[in-house]
Amino acid sequence: MTQVGGQHTERVRQRTHEGFLRHKSFLWAQVATGLCVVVIALYWWVALQINEPPSGGSWLGYLLGTIGAGLIVWLACLGVRKRVITAGHYSLKAWVSAHVYLGLSLVVIATLHTGFQFGWNIHTLAYALMMLVIASGALGIWAYATLPERLHGNRGETTRKQMLDSIESQDRQLHDLAQPLDRAGASVVKLSIEETEIGGGFWKRLTGSYDDCANRRALQRLRNLPAPASAKQAEALTRIEQVMQQKAETLALARRQMQITAVLEGWLFVHIPATFALLAALTAHIVSVFTYW
Amino acid sequence: MSEVYKIAIVGSGPAGMSAAAHAAKKGLSHVLLEKTDHLSDTIYRYQKGKHVMATPSVLVLRSDCEFDAGKREKILDQWNQDTAAAGVNVRFNAEVKAITGDKGDFTLELKSGGAVKAENIILAVGTQGNPNLMRCEGGNLAHVQYSLDDPGEYTDEHITVIGGGDAGIENAMGLIADAAQNNTLTLLNRGADFPTAKKPNVDALLGARDAGRINVMVETSAALVEAGWITVDTPQGQTRYKCDRIIARMGAAPPRAFVESAGVQFASPDRSAFPTLTPTFESSTKPGIYVIGALAGYPLIKHCMNQGYDVVEFIGGNTSLDPADEPLLQAKLAGLPGNRSVSQWLEFLRSHVEILNGLSPLQMREFLLDSAVRAYKAGEAIFERNEPGSSLFGIAEGSVKVEVDPSNPNITVPIGESSIFGEVGLISGRKRGATIRAAEPTICVEIPRMAALKLMSQVPQARDAVQRITTERQVLQIFKSGLTPSDISEVLKGAEVTEVKPGEAIINEGDISDDLYIIRSGSMIVEKNLGGKPVFMSYVPAGSYSGEMAMIERSPRVATVKAAIRSQVVKLPAEPFRALLARKPELAKRMTDEMRARREINEFIESQKEEFGGAVDMYSSVANFLIKQGIGEATDVLLIDESLCVGCDNCERACADSHDGLSRLNREAGTTFANIHVPTSCRHCEHPHCMSDCPPNAIRRGPDGEVFINETCIGCGNCQRACPYGVIQMDKPPPKKPALWEWMLFGRGPGPGQPSYEWRKKAAKAEGGESPKLAIKCDMCSGKAGGPACVRACPTGAAIRVSPDAFLSVARIEKA
Repeated sequence: MTQVGGQHTERVRQRTHEGFLRHKSFLWAQVATGLCVVVIALYWWVALQINEPPSGGSWLGYLLGTIGAGLIVWLACLGVRKRVITAGHYSLKAWVSAHVYLGLSLVVIATLHTGFQFGWNIHTLAYALMMLVIASGALGIWAYATLPERLHGNRGETTRKQMLDSIESQDRQLHDLAQPLDRAGASVVKLSIEETEIGGGFWKRLTGSYDDCANRRALQRLRNLPAPASAKQAEALTRIEQVMQQKAETLALARRQMQITAVLEGWLFVHIPATFALLAALTAHIVSVFTYW
Repeated sequence: MSEVYKIAIVGSGPAGMSAAAHAAKKGLSHVLLEKTDHLSDTIYRYQKGKHVMATPSVLVLRSDCEFDAGKREKILDQWNQDTAAAGVNVRFNAEVKAITGDKGDFTLELKSGGAVKAENIILAVGTQGNPNLMRCEGGNLAHVQYSLDDPGEYTDEHITVIGGGDAGIENAMGLIADAAQNNTLTLLNRGADFPTAKKPNVDALLGARDAGRINVMVETSAALVEAGWITVDTPQGQTRYKCDRIIARMGAAPPRAFVESAGVQFASPDRSAFPTLTPTFESSTKPGIYVIGALAGYPLIKHCMNQGYDVVEFIGGNTSLDPADEPLLQAKLAGLPGNRSVSQWLEFLRSHVEILNGLSPLQMREFLLDSAVRAYKAGEAIFERNEPGSSLFGIAEGSVKVEVDPSNPNITVPIGESSIFGEVGLISGRKRGATIRAAEPTICVEIPRMAALKLMSQVPQARDAVQRITTERQVLQIFKSGLTPSDISEVLKGAEVTEVKPGEAIINEGDISDDLYIIRSGSMIVEKNLGGKPVFMSYVPAGSYSGEMAMIERSPRVATVKAAIRSQVVKLPAEPFRALLARKPELAKRMTDEMRARREINEFIESQKEEFGGAVDMYSSVANFLIKQGIGEATDVLLIDESLCVGCDNCERACADSHDGLSRLNREAGTTFANIHVPTSCRHCEHPHCMSDCPPNAIRRGPDGEVFINETCIGCGNCQRACPYGVIQMDKPPPKKPALWEWMLFGRGPGPGQPSYEWRKKAAKAEGGESPKLAIKCDMCSGKAGGPACVRACPTGAAIRVSPDAFLSVARIEKA
């Protein structure tokens, strides 16, 4: 088929449809695996030459340490790369792919660097922090690989704004419907309108436990109200119950959305602070090693 | 009543007002008739504080009224002062109902009763009085109305108002003003917001919605009207609800019936056509009636005001007045060989270029203001292959050669005097397909895309000529194989150009027919009935052909071909084409090879359908979903794979940070099917709707096929209203943010991405100064070496940009 106007003058355009884990047919997984194999083989070969395993102080230890420290600093740069939108050729997906696999390879490189010598000191602290960063990162990989479908499956085509809007409109309906009610009835509606908290703190969003949800309590109290005085009130109460039920469903949808988002973001609350702690500990580790040389 | 005015001016917009002011200055007896109780209702109804621009900036203003870019209020005040100072005789609340009589003795009957007599009439009523009609099925039913005189006369009705502009909102608010009328009101708005309406109107509307007095449905349009019911398309699908009355307020076109009844003819039966103007100034086909302003097809304020001045000069007897554009044209034509005066040049071009033959001298002037005349030396390149450019060239003298083979510049095809070239740019604004050089010293007129389209819509002769040449060239380009125009003249004799509606089939599976179709614009999908279900086979973009199997093999049609979007196809009769194939074995081989390739794809899908029915059904339904989202007219669309998207919105942030701080895409909004999400983001349509009515012609197509808005945007909002996908927003760029490191280290500024509304408001206030709201849309990160930032900045690879023909290929089945 010919197309009027011919081909694009191709700038770099990523049209390939591959996720960050599969990027370029697992290029970075292969690089990281290769790196680990080479490092293990090297370690094995060096260990055979001497009596005890090579420690961090050996030439191999310095080599592995330099590689490891370099990697750690580079891996931490992802945070900058993500936020600096330059015009040139780069792909954040490629960065993330490399970040994931090279980050995992640190488990091998840094462990061999320690020469299996651990203790209650700054050196082991740096190692432990690094493992914490990697472990939280692994959690992130799991979250990124499994949660997106749930995230979008849950919301369908409803946007966050639409969810909030519909809760707002349900509140308005409740307000209007409550006009014929007596004081007890009105206070129940007021409870639902004024006290309902959609999200709450991070922990609450993460666990999704809303047993004390004001709308839920209002619904319970509504059902226990004494029989209404007039038919008009009775009708209003029936409608209010329906709307509160709808509101409960909207709330559940929004809260599930927030819960999944919280998991998708939650691991970062460990990953990022631990990274900064690691960078500090790493600096201390390097400074102390060279000071007490 | 007894007085017969020399001039009656109908409409007090910029054109009418300027005419009246000049008539007053000249001491001519005149009357300015205005429908409302204030001058210039169109400008008056602009939103409060709107910044009105004065374009084209090169044009000098010739009027007794002042006009300079500025706020609406300032301009209206200025005009009120100017007309008062000039002593204009204005009659407010004087809507003209009918015009009878002839030059020297016209009677203008007023709606409010009474009549005005005048020798000459200047029609300057603009286009606001002729509303756009509903196009969905049932839109012609009696309960659909386009105006609302007295909201008080309707009670106990379910009423739907369509249109979120000021007119629609004001109507809707009027109908619910008195709760005792007990109307149930619904307002439909195509976009998510109400950008064209005045803020107090929007606030009032949203307030009423919050109070439960009106149901406001955004991103919704009418799909079907039945007596008592309406069906609407919402982002969540179709819904049907009760509706006794529809009030549609969706914009306007020239008020044809009124103008025609006065005896003025229109250029074509087309709805958007303008009145025909005669060679002598802005005279219409009816002697004594002069048409100026937007009604004459000149929507820009400056043009209108100049015309008002000129037309009064003309009526006053000054027939030798050089139009205000004379110095501009002189400058434009200076330095060209031939030593002609402006009017000689106009006549030379008009008579030498075929598509200009039907123009009046006045139209030529207007036309030349937008166009350029250039002289080329023999061998000089007029444009190069792959250059951006969407203008049309007409050869006034000399000839050119087209380098059809990029690898060998010696293979050329000549185009002679009076013909045109570069017409492919007209269709889609695409870049140049071949290098064209002057074969001898040549003079060409270069017509920008918008001017060419205007020309074609106003002069049928020009349109026919362009159509004929375009079809011929397109056939040659599609089939190549060394064909020449004379080879295909037989085929083209029977060619028919037809418009196809979305979903309409040009070929039905099983039919006995054998014509060949060329898809000139739009796109087609090929479907085949497998196991009782239509299965998507392939996508045929513009610039390809379809229907060759039945034509070559004389067999019944093997598949159904239907339009994905509104398309234009050229039907070529089979017999002459078969004769052509017999004469041209090279072409026959080429077509047979291509037919075989297409058949293999069909057979592959059919075989997969038997073995892996699920994968094929999936492919078919995804393809149908995307076609339904308008992907059929896209050239490059952003898709998000929801199995990879973590919702970080880094795409939006990247977009904002690479374009003056405003994101041009909304990731979360839009529709989804089978994990493929189509966010609200520009698809760079093959035939951009937004380009259709841009007064300064600011919307262009760039070198990579991107449709972008350049800095001449005047903020009129036409493109936003024209875009069916809601991807254009009107906004002002926020002030510059502190650098990223300042945010990272000290928390200064709002951080990456589009700053919050509050921050922008505060920062803009601190910065001071007035900046207008302009149209903002995706430019595919034009000029950035790395390509679109949204895709580059996606951490998981969920965001991709694809062209529909690449994405809707069978490769998807193989992958699944």
